[in-house]
Formats: sequence, C-alpha cells, structure tokens
Amino acid sequence: MIGLDFRLVQGAFTLDITAQLDRPITALFGPSGAGKTTVLDAVAGLRRPASGSILIGDRVVFDSERSVNVPARSRHVGYVAQDVALFPHMSVRRNVLYGRRKGQKLSLDTVTRMLEIEPLLDREVPQLSGGERQRVALARALMSAPELLLLDEPLAAVDVERRRRILPYIERVRDQMRVPIVYVTHDHAEAAQLADEVILLERGRIIGRER
Amino acid sequence: MLRAEIWEITGFTMATAALATLLMVPPGLFLAWLLARGRFHGRLIVDTAISLPLVMPPVATGLVLLAMVAPRGPVGRVLARAGIEVVFTWKAVVLAMAVMGLPLFVRTVRAGIEQVDRRYEAAAATLGAGPLRVFFTVTLPLARPAVLAGAVLGFARALGEFGATIMIAGSIPGATRTLAVAIYSFAETGRDGDAALLVAVSAAIAFVALAAANWISSRQGVQA
Repeated sequence: MIGLDFRLVQGAFTLDITAQLDRPITALFGPSGAGKTTVLDAVAGLRRPASGSILIGDRVVFDSERSVNVPARSRHVGYVAQDVALFPHMSVRRNVLYGRRKGQKLSLDTVTRMLEIEPLLDREVPQLSGGERQRVALARALMSAPELLLLDEPLAAVDVERRRRILPYIERVRDQMRVPIVYVTHDHAEAAQLADEVILLERGRIIGRER
Repeated sequence: MLRAEIWEITGFTMATAALATLLMVPPGLFLAWLLARGRFHGRLIVDTAISLPLVMPPVATGLVLLAMVAPRGPVGRVLARAGIEVVFTWKAVVLAMAVMGLPLFVRTVRAGIEQVDRRYEAAAATLGAGPLRVFFTVTLPLARPAVLAGAVLGFARALGEFGATIMIAGSIPGATRTLAVAIYSFAETGRDGDAALLVAVSAAIAFVALAAANWISSRQGVQA
C-alpha cells in the first residue's frame, strides 16, 4: 500500500495529493503539466513536499510533522525516469549491477532473462535503441530490489510498434516480481490497458479515479 | 651554464609542480563540488576567497602564507612540533605552487561538474548510492575531462610560480630554486645568457602543458 497525503509547492504550481494506492499497477494519468512526474519525484525522495506524509508499505518515508524525510538512497524505490538516465560512462552490465543490494535474492540472470537483455550486457549505453534503454533501465531498477517501482512514461520515447513489445515486459515484472508499480502516462488507452486503477490528475489535483 | 644545472633546475621545478598538483586535487575536488552542488550560506564568500590568489599580488599571498607557516605562525607551530620545517625548503615551494594553482583547478573542475546532468546523480541516489558513491562513480567520471584540464592548468600555473615562492622559499640554489626564481636571480646577477636559456625551457614546458589542456578541452567539449 502506498499512502500519499502531501502538498508540494513549486513556484506558482501547487500539488495537492491525497490517495491510497493498493493495486498492483496504478496509472497516474493526466495532461502534461498536471504534476504526474512531480508525484513520482516526491515518492522517490527527489523533491521535498512542503507538508504532509508519504507511506511506502508500512514505512513512513516522509512526514513533515514528525520531521521524517528518508533520503532517496534509503527509500528502496525503483525509479525509471522518463529520460531513463542510464549512466553513459558505464557498460550495460555495470548499469544493471549499480544498485544491487547486499543479500539480494534476485539474480542478474533472472532479470536479464525476463527482460531479454542478455545480448546487451557488454554493450555501451550510447549504442542502445530507445526500447533497449527502457528495458535496461527497468532491469537496473529491479536489481536494487525495490519495494515500489515508479515508471515515468516508459513508452513515450518509443514508436507504436515498440510499445506493443515493451508492454509485455512490464506485465512480466508485475506478475513475476510482485512489486507494486506506479505508472505515469498521458495516454488513456495505455493507462486503461495496463493499470488496475487509473488516477486522473489535473493541475496538481486528483479529479477522478477509475477501477 | 652547466648542462647539469639546467637539468637540475628544470627537474626540481617539474617535480615540485607535480607534487603541488597532487596536493591541490583533494581539496580542489571537494571545493569544486561544494561550489557546483552545495547549497549553503556564505557560498559567495567561499567562491571569492578561493579565487583571491588569482587576482591578489602573488607576493601578498606569499606573505600571508609565510605568516601562517612560519615556525611561530598558527600552522607552522603545529608543524614544528611534528618536526616539520616548511619555510625556505622545497616544501614551501610546493605549498606556494599549490595555493597559486588551486583557483584555476577549482574553477575548471567546478564548471565541469556543473555540466554533469543532475538526473544521473538522482538516478544513482534512487539506486541506493550515498553522496560519496554518487560523487566517485557518477559525478567525477562524467566530469573527468574537466578534472584533467584543471590539473594541467594548475600544473602550468605552478611551473611559473614566482611571487609567493620567493616569499616563503627564497632562492636557494639546489634547494628551492625553481625556473622562475632562477631566471630572476640570473638576470639580476648579470647572467643574461643563462636567464634567456631558462626562459626558453620554461616557454617550451608551458607550451606543451597548455596545448595539452586545450587539447583535452577541445576533444571533450569542456570549457577550461
């Protein structure tokens, strides 16, 4: 369960979010500028809300009243940002292993097989296509054994043909890893296809939920 | 002038400048990171203070250093207790060179760090990396061209150091005499030919060092 109840101010923009997310895949859906990415940044610990609280499972990672603000590195959140941000100076293998946690049960083999990136492991990042980058970023996030996976427009940078090929990977992650996923998109069809619940966001507020 | 003397002066200058460059790297990296990424009060003051040696008369910087590392100075007293003597030794030469080269190193590296996309650092943080690991595995490798260019510039500046060196190290043949200091001493004592020879040596070394810095910058697109 992900508990969101916070306000975040960013210049003239205010994000005011109250929601409990308890489905395997939740989509945050809304037009650009609605604050979707800002929600993910706040959950990941990259942006600090002005007030409120954020819960991941049974862990309080942010609570302004109790002065709790767990740093991003300790939140155990896998975040695949829209730009993916694979480290350009490392091979694919080093990228994928970067966040591997000690005592991690998940093996590199399992993840690379599931996402079909074994042939890419010894390549350099600049040689990868958009779709390959998405899978490598997904693998890198999974190897850190996250308790929650945040995906920001994972299909925005790839063409329609590749979309159809990447969606099954995300479904595999849901089915095999059992990590809850919060998925940001501005495409309603995509949201409806993948998510168990769709949260509609507009100008920093939740204006509707569909299950 | 004896060929051995040229070699001795040149070798001493290169060695002390290299040591000075090594000495400026750890504090220089930290300061560059602090100025590029830190958010704290008094940033402007730190920024300005680091650059002071660039614009202050080097002899003035030398005098401040002398006051600090002299046997009765605040730093010198501690060093003296440990049996370390700085003033008028090769250590003073290295210190003067490091202090004078540091601003160039910091400015270059800082510009390089500012160009590193913060999204990579954010990604590393969400993958569990603490600030030190983020710096050494992400920020520093991505800013590497700027670090190299900064080190070469700092080294080049150290090679030519004169004002601060003469204040805290003097011009002792075979002990603290660098190229710059030797040129001055020779010219002053009428050994114009020897001075000219050392000018040629300095120019050659400086040319190579600067060309190297420019080459690194142009190849990797960093502003030095």
